[in-house]
Amino acid sequence: MRFRAKIVDLACLNHFSRVINTIAKLAKSCTLRLTVSKLYFILSDKVANGGVSMWCELCQGNFFDEFQMEGVAAECNEIYLELVPENLSRALKTAQSAKAVKIKLTNKHCPCLRVAVELPSLSSSSRIVTHDIPVGVIPRRLWSDFREPSVPDFDVSIYLPALKTMKSVVERMKNLSNSIVIEANLSGEMNLKIETDLVSVTTHFKDLGYPPWASGDGCENSAQGRDLESMTEACIDIRKLQQLLAGQQVNPTKALCNIASKRIVHFILLHEDVSLQYFIPALA
Amino acid sequence: MPLSAEPAGSSGEQYLLSASLDNARHLSSLLRAVHFQDHATCFATANGLRVTVEDAKCIQANAFIQAEIFQEFAVQEESVTFRINLSVLLDCLTIFGTSSLPGTPTALRMCYRGYGYPLMLFLEEGGVVTVCKINTQEPVDLLDFDFCSTNVVNKIILQSEGLREAFAELDMTSEVLQITMSPDKPYFRLSTFGNAGSAHLDYPRDSDLMEAFYCNHTQTNRYKISLLKPSTKALALSCKVSIRTDAQGFLSLQYMIRNEDGQICFVEYYCCPDEDITEAEL
Repeated sequence: MRFRAKIVDLACLNHFSRVINTIAKLAKSCTLRLTVSKLYFILSDKVANGGVSMWCELCQGNFFDEFQMEGVAAECNEIYLELVPENLSRALKTAQSAKAVKIKLTNKHCPCLRVAVELPSLSSSSRIVTHDIPVGVIPRRLWSDFREPSVPDFDVSIYLPALKTMKSVVERMKNLSNSIVIEANLSGEMNLKIETDLVSVTTHFKDLGYPPWASGDGCENSAQGRDLESMTEACIDIRKLQQLLAGQQVNPTKALCNIASKRIVHFILLHEDVSLQYFIPALA
Repeated sequence: MPLSAEPAGSSGEQYLLSASLDNARHLSSLLRAVHFQDHATCFATANGLRVTVEDAKCIQANAFIQAEIFQEFAVQEESVTFRINLSVLLDCLTIFGTSSLPGTPTALRMCYRGYGYPLMLFLEEGGVVTVCKINTQEPVDLLDFDFCSTNVVNKIILQSEGLREAFAELDMTSEVLQITMSPDKPYFRLSTFGNAGSAHLDYPRDSDLMEAFYCNHTQTNRYKISLLKPSTKALALSCKVSIRTDAQGFLSLQYMIRNEDGQICFVEYYCCPDEDITEAEL
């Protein structure tokens, strides 16, 4: 098992750091899956996470100038590591103006990702700051736990409103209630609702589009036969939603969600080089 | 549900209180200046809205938002009173965030049907509408400090910038804030007695910051610092503050606050003295 990679381009480095920062806000600990062409940050829906799952995919070619990976075996040319993304995020903080960052899988005393940041210096020799991030190597027999989650049979699919507005609203609603109802219809309307003994608050978003597959084969029910105005809803833990929204450092190119009535909300956030899927199950 | 669809007396019932405000911040920033307890009493008359917060039976803060600040303000009876959770109200008024971007104010419509009904808020920003229903409670008796101008012994008016730093840096390890007002030196002194020692801050009567100085008797009074500390929020917003004491040592702090549109509103704090020390303690 071997892994070594290098980033030299500052823009790529900052972009990568931002991705890691977002992941760190969403998961205390997650799985990093390395393949020849991609990196994946995976959180599987264990009870400990509150049933939330995450699937984040990056094309290594868009970030790394050098990327060499040799998996556990020739027929399984992949590596699965368990890591605390906050550690990686902190290591990358020192790399904001770095000349280069090298990441290498080592096993001196225990498996680690060694992040070596080469910093500019006035003298001829560079300064190198090295961080050893402990990782757990996940054995092959457990790899099936980390398969890409299947997209649920959703009842409605809709583009999200401006994330900034959604974030402000959800942050305030979080002070008032532990759970939030997300509902949407095929007419581009979405409502966020909370209701307690003290107060009820509903925010209405309109004129949101819906992605092309919404009325196609992604949906069990074709749009023609359905009432476009009827709302599909799911009640979820508001903190999970707030975590997702608060973690977004950059505005995604596309942001949408699929709702399976009373079962699960599936968020898809697409940036140029990164796709992030986040599943929040409905509260019982 | 757009704001225009909200029924104004659609079932034949009029709202006892209905008000519109183009910029919800004109209300939320004032309410924040008195937000040191969860509950507040709202009192509305044709003159406007008064929101009162009290604590420990010794401190009371009032925010006054006069009718002219609102684009529309209608009260169907002589007065309308209800008690409401101020933290919840503030979260609703600031639902779209608290950043002060000048181009995108949040518009507010507020309606109250009467006793037993919730307060309805309709907030709109950039085409997004939020509807809030906040339960109201039975109003309780409020303290009456009976602080009228004829009882005032000492009064000064200061420009707020002079006091802001002092209040922000009050030694909170001191149990009390001691205020001395006198026709003689030190004229106006703020003192604290904390773990590290005592601190005195003197303002001379001829200071540029002093707009008015009417002190005829020397008075030194102490107030519980934990009760007065929340007034720092009102001070931060204000441009001027008037400080008055009466013969019993009750303190009145009146803050003149100019909002984003240049309109004037007032917030006042009343506080009971902690101990009665009327002789000079210099």
